[in-house]
Formats: sequence, structure tokens, C-alpha cells
Amino acid sequence: MDLNFTPEEEAFRAEVRAFLAGELPRDISDKLRLGRRLTKDDMVRWQKILFRRGWGAGMWPQRFGGAGWNVVQQHIFEEECAAANAPPQIPFSLRMVAPVIMAFGNERQQQYFLPRIVSGEDWWCQGYSEPGSGSDLASLRTGAVREGDHYVVSGQKTWNTLGQYADWIFCLVRTSSEARPQSGISFLLIDMKTAGISVRPIITLEGEHEINDIFFENVRVPVANLVGEENKGWTYAKFLLNHERTSNAGVGNCKRSLTQLKQIAAVQSVNGRPLIEDPRFRDRIAQVELELMALEITNLRVLSAFARENRPPGAEVSALKIKGSEIIQQLAELKMRALGHDALPYLREALDPEWSAEPLLGSHYLSYAPSLSGQYFNLRKTTIYAGSTEIQKNIISKMILGL
Amino acid sequence: MDFRYTEEQLALQETLQRFIARDYGFEQRRAFAKAEPGFSTAAWRQYAELGLLALPFPEEYGGLDGGAVDVMAVMERVGQGLLLEPYLSTVVLCGGILRDSASAALRSAILPQIAAGEVKLALAAYEAAGRYELNHVATTAVAESGGWRLNGRKSVILDAPSADCFLVSARSSGAVGERAGVSLFLVPRAASGLKVLPYATQSGARAGDLELTDTRIEGAALIGEPGQALGALERGVDGAIAALCAEACGIVGALNQATLAYLKSRKQFGVPIGVFQALQHRMADMYIAEEQIRSMAIIAAVNAGGTDARSRGRALAAAKAYIGQAARFVGQQAVQLHGAMGVVDDLIISHYFKRLTMIDMTFGDADFHFARFSDAGEQGTHQAA
Repeated sequence: MDLNFTPEEEAFRAEVRAFLAGELPRDISDKLRLGRRLTKDDMVRWQKILFRRGWGAGMWPQRFGGAGWNVVQQHIFEEECAAANAPPQIPFSLRMVAPVIMAFGNERQQQYFLPRIVSGEDWWCQGYSEPGSGSDLASLRTGAVREGDHYVVSGQKTWNTLGQYADWIFCLVRTSSEARPQSGISFLLIDMKTAGISVRPIITLEGEHEINDIFFENVRVPVANLVGEENKGWTYAKFLLNHERTSNAGVGNCKRSLTQLKQIAAVQSVNGRPLIEDPRFRDRIAQVELELMALEITNLRVLSAFARENRPPGAEVSALKIKGSEIIQQLAELKMRALGHDALPYLREALDPEWSAEPLLGSHYLSYAPSLSGQYFNLRKTTIYAGSTEIQKNIISKMILGL
Repeated sequence: MDFRYTEEQLALQETLQRFIARDYGFEQRRAFAKAEPGFSTAAWRQYAELGLLALPFPEEYGGLDGGAVDVMAVMERVGQGLLLEPYLSTVVLCGGILRDSASAALRSAILPQIAAGEVKLALAAYEAAGRYELNHVATTAVAESGGWRLNGRKSVILDAPSADCFLVSARSSGAVGERAGVSLFLVPRAASGLKVLPYATQSGARAGDLELTDTRIEGAALIGEPGQALGALERGVDGAIAALCAEACGIVGALNQATLAYLKSRKQFGVPIGVFQALQHRMADMYIAEEQIRSMAIIAAVNAGGTDARSRGRALAAAKAYIGQAARFVGQQAVQLHGAMGVVDDLIISHYFKRLTMIDMTFGDADFHFARFSDAGEQGTHQAA
């Protein structure tokens, strides 16, 4: 047992750090640092920079264009990226649909889609949830009817993240209603430019457009875009969710958020002293930090066990998802609360890159303050998406505990 | 990074598991706890034969050159078996202090005896009304020709009744509460004016208070420099804290296993109670707590040997605080999910629960270490390793 990084790992960290210092565009990292709104172009630009370095998909096997990193390398990469205020990579492409295509797609699909993902050419989004099918995902009703060489898809997907940017959507569709709900689902890859698809924004509580309803009206999808076998989609869907949840611990992001929280608490004051010297507030920070310390090790233990045993992520990731989502929420809440009543103004324009606090709120007003309340509100999603905390506990009960 | 035990460590754990199954069942343990000396002397001999007592000492003193992770592997099983022998006091705590801070002469004299199972030790560091503060020392040490004279009273010395020697902290200068001025002595049980007031603890293991009345000891009994012992004490206690974290980890694992089995077997309303979602989610929380506790116990073990007091102390405080909270949760919920069966003396559940409670309140509870961690937390982000 050894928690030290090897000299090779330390060298890798230095390499990542040097790369970030040289290649991460300042305008993008400033947005992250100041809590400004990211555009599609920001994220795609960053993906293309990573791709040119050969790091477009760190954990993917090299034969699919990945860097073939192990768990510890990926951890180091994410930690350094978060510390440098790099934007997230697009998870729906890299961590969700790609592993499914690798594991269950045919060679043609792998050769066509995977290079376009790693290069940043294609943006993917997810078509899972429906208005009547949230936690009970297997009850989904969006139908796909076979007509010759095509499926004709009709229905509605919802809670779709950043579909307004997407070139492709991976969808769970119902291809059979005969047996139990799980066994009539198929996994389709659909070009967002296909006729009959429309995207309708859903504005979330912080006022931003991040998620959408997506409507399908007789959308014709080539049968060649079916992944794996018809009616086996539920298996692929669960595989995908487990892959997604491996990133839900978000340790790097949590660390960045903790650092920022401490910075805010050092600037804000109470009774003329920095807030961080107030034991009551500092204890709240310390409580979250303890959870994060434990989660960092739990995350590495769980992920390295999958790698060592050469198996896809299992139900253990549910524990990571529960803890990581709670921690990032608690940190966001503390950052907001650290502001005191400076958290009250709702300044949408403050999310624009060129916004300046002067002269509206005076020099004491932290330049990243306006985004913190919105972040708190927005991050309530983390214990709901990708399977709510309660669903994760159901999974642990059933799959790990055998209850 | 590597989070696995070595083959040797796993083999050691398996040996202990077999030992517990064969020689340390629940009823056997109860019998050991009831009779004097409150543990199994036969088990102690077996630990010596297995090399457990030699584990964390250098080879030159008859040791096996093991580290804190080896101790962690052992302590998990100590927890699982609720073993009563004074392993923590003798080998980890006092043995660790002597190994790290005693003179070469003293080390040569005593470590081989510990390793061979010939001598048992106890740490007499805490005093009345001082709670968990190692610098709360009112017991006095006055230098005399060729030796020292000790006077005072030490509180709740774990494993005191069976100890052949004590490590006693006493103040050679300064006022109560000051860090400087605390000295540490190796005091034989037969020393003049030394009296042990024995009692049982909540888990059945023994402890006692120590009265020192003009107790005379020779100069060679001093460990380290006079008045400079606090660092050695803190380092030793940090090592013991790591071991306690591992013991808690072992108990939590055993409690979760037992509770899960109970949820599957106990029937009410015509069904196993484990079909109820309220209980499933509680059990899931207990499972997650166990995983997080194990991670913190690892952090404790790999930091236990650190020589930088600040980073070591912060890591150990974090682990003890977290495990104090999380293991309390698991212990209380294991009792709760067992219903009335959780509160009877005839089932091991309550014994695990009581031992977890004791672990939290030994060498600083969750609040004590949380404050230590939080107060150290103004600078930068944490480094787990």
C-alpha cells in the first residue's frame, strides 16, 4: 500500500502542467476562473488542442485513438486540468457514447464515429430521459419502427444537456413492447440534422439554457446506426451509465472548488477578521474537506480495482457518484454563503466575459461573485442527474448488497 | 500508488482470521473478558509465535521490520475478533515510542523482550480533567542524584493491570498545560510507591489509574531529553491512532456483514426486512461509510510513520475525526437495524458497537480531532498523501 506517486507519475504531472501552462487559452481559463459562461466554441477549441497533443481521450485504448492512460494518470490529468481552470471535456461524447461504441458497436461504427469524437469534430448529446420516464428509465416510450433499411423514430426526450450544440444524439428507443420493458429497448445513433428533430430549450432555475426537450417526428434513422443488437439496448444503457458515473466523483473539480472556497473565505470578513478564521465557518469547510479526502482515495481504489481486474465499471461507482455529487453541492453552497448578502444580486450580464463589476457594486465585490449563487442553484442537479442519489442507493442495495 | 495489501499482509490476515475462528469465538472471548487478567495469555503467546509482537520493530532488535500498513492489516483483524490482548498498548503505542524515541541502550534492552512476548507495557500519559491533552501534566518529576522522583496520578491507563512497565509522562519543569517541560520515563511496575488501581472498561478490556508516591527511578529510565517528550508522545499516539482507525475499519466491516445478513434473514410482515427501502438505503449508507472509512484508515496508515509532525498530525487528525463520526453512524445504525437484538449482551453486535464507541473516545474523539484538523486548515488545499 503506497499513496505516493512514482517518479514516472510525477514526471507525467509536470508534463501535463507544462502543457496546460503553454496551451490552455487564457480567455478560456479566465472564464472558468471568473465563473463566466462557456460557449460551444470554447469547449471544442479545447478538445482540438488536447487532440493535437494526443490527449483527446486520455483513458481510451490507443487503438481507438486514445492515450491509453491508467487510472492514476487520468486522475493526475483531471487534477491538473481543474487546478489550471481548464474546461471540462464533453462527457457525452468521450465518456458515454464512446465506451458503448467501443464495446458493442461494429467496426464501421467504430471507425467512423470514434475519430470524429476524439478530434472534437462531432458533439454528442444524450437521449435517455422522457417526460414519463425519469428514474424509471426502462418505461421509455419513444418508439422506433423498422421500415426497410430505416427505423422511424417518434417521441420526446427531455433533460437533454447541451443538445443545442450537438451533431449527434444517442437514443434509447422502444423497438418492442412484448416482453418486460427492459428487453424491448434499442440503442440508436441519430444525426441531429435529420428531418423531424426539433430542440426546445428548458430554462433552469439559475436562468440559463443548458438543457432541452427534443422532439422526434417520424425521424428516419438508417438501420446501420443501431448499436449492437435490437432489443439489447438496456444492457448498453446500463454499461454507459456506469461509465458515466466513474467521472461523477469529480475529485479534481471538487478540489478546485475547495480551493476557491478557501480563497473566498480568506477575502470575506466577519468582525473585521477573515471569514476563514471564524471557527464556525471553517468547521463547515473542514467537514466537506474530510469527505473529499476520503473520496479521493475511495475513487482511486475503486477505479484501479476495475482496471486491475480488467472489468467494466460496476455498481461500486454509485457510491462515488453519491459522495461526489454531495460534496460539489456542499462546496457550492458554502461559496455562496461566504458571500453573505452579496449573493443576492442576480446579474445575468455578469456571466459575459467582458463584464466588469465597476461601478455597480464597488471594489469590494469579488469579480467571480455574481456566478456563485447561480452555480449553487444549478448544481442541485448533481444529486438528480445520472440516476438520483436514491436510485444509486437502490443500485447499491440490489447489486452490491444483494437486498 | 497502490491500495492493496501485499501477499504477506494478506497471509497474515488469513492466519489471524483462522485463529479467531478456532480460538477466539464470541463465547470464548466472553470467558476471557470475565476472568483475570481480562484477556487470553495463551493468545498472547500465539501472537509472539506468529511474530505479531515483533512486527513493527527493526530486525536488530528481534523485529520483523514491518511498517504501519502491516500493523493496519493486523488491527483490522483485532477489530473483527474484538481481541482483548494489550497489543495496541504494548506493541504499537509503547513499543512505537521506544522504537522512535528511546536511546539505543534502552531499545536494545526492551524491544527484544516485547518482540518475544516477555514484557507488556502501558502508556500513562493522561490525567484527571485533562481530557485528551497530552500536555496536561501535573505529575511531577524531580531530578535527584542519579535518578528521578515521581509524584502524581495518571488516569485511565489502558491495559494497566497487566503491564510489566509503564511509560509515564511527568512534568520536570513548567506549568500544567505547557508543551515544554514534559518528560517521559520507563517505570517498572515494581518501582517503589507505584500503585495500580485496576478496573474493567466498557469493552471488557482492563485499564487502571496509576498513583505515584515518591516513586524513585534511575536516570537511564528517561526517554529522550528532559522536558522534551511531548513530540515523542504525539508521534507515538499518532501511530496508535492509525492502528485504532484500522481496528475501527475491521469492526465496521464485521458490523456491516452481520447487519446485512440480518436484513436478509429476519422476517416481519411475512418478508425479510431487507426488502424495505428505508432499511435498504440505510444499509447502502453504511456500505458507503465503510468504503470511506477504509480510505481514511489507509491515509492514517501511510502517514503514521511521517516525521514531519505537522503533515502527519493533520492527516491523522483527519482520519480519526472522520472515522469517529462515520463509525459512530455505522455502529448506531447496526444496533438500530438489529432492532431489540441490537441491544442484548448475548449478541456480538452490541460488543462491536461498544468497542467502536471506545475507539472514538480513545486518544481524542471526533470533535477533538476535527478541531485539530479544522484549525490546521487555513492554508492551501489538502494533500492526501
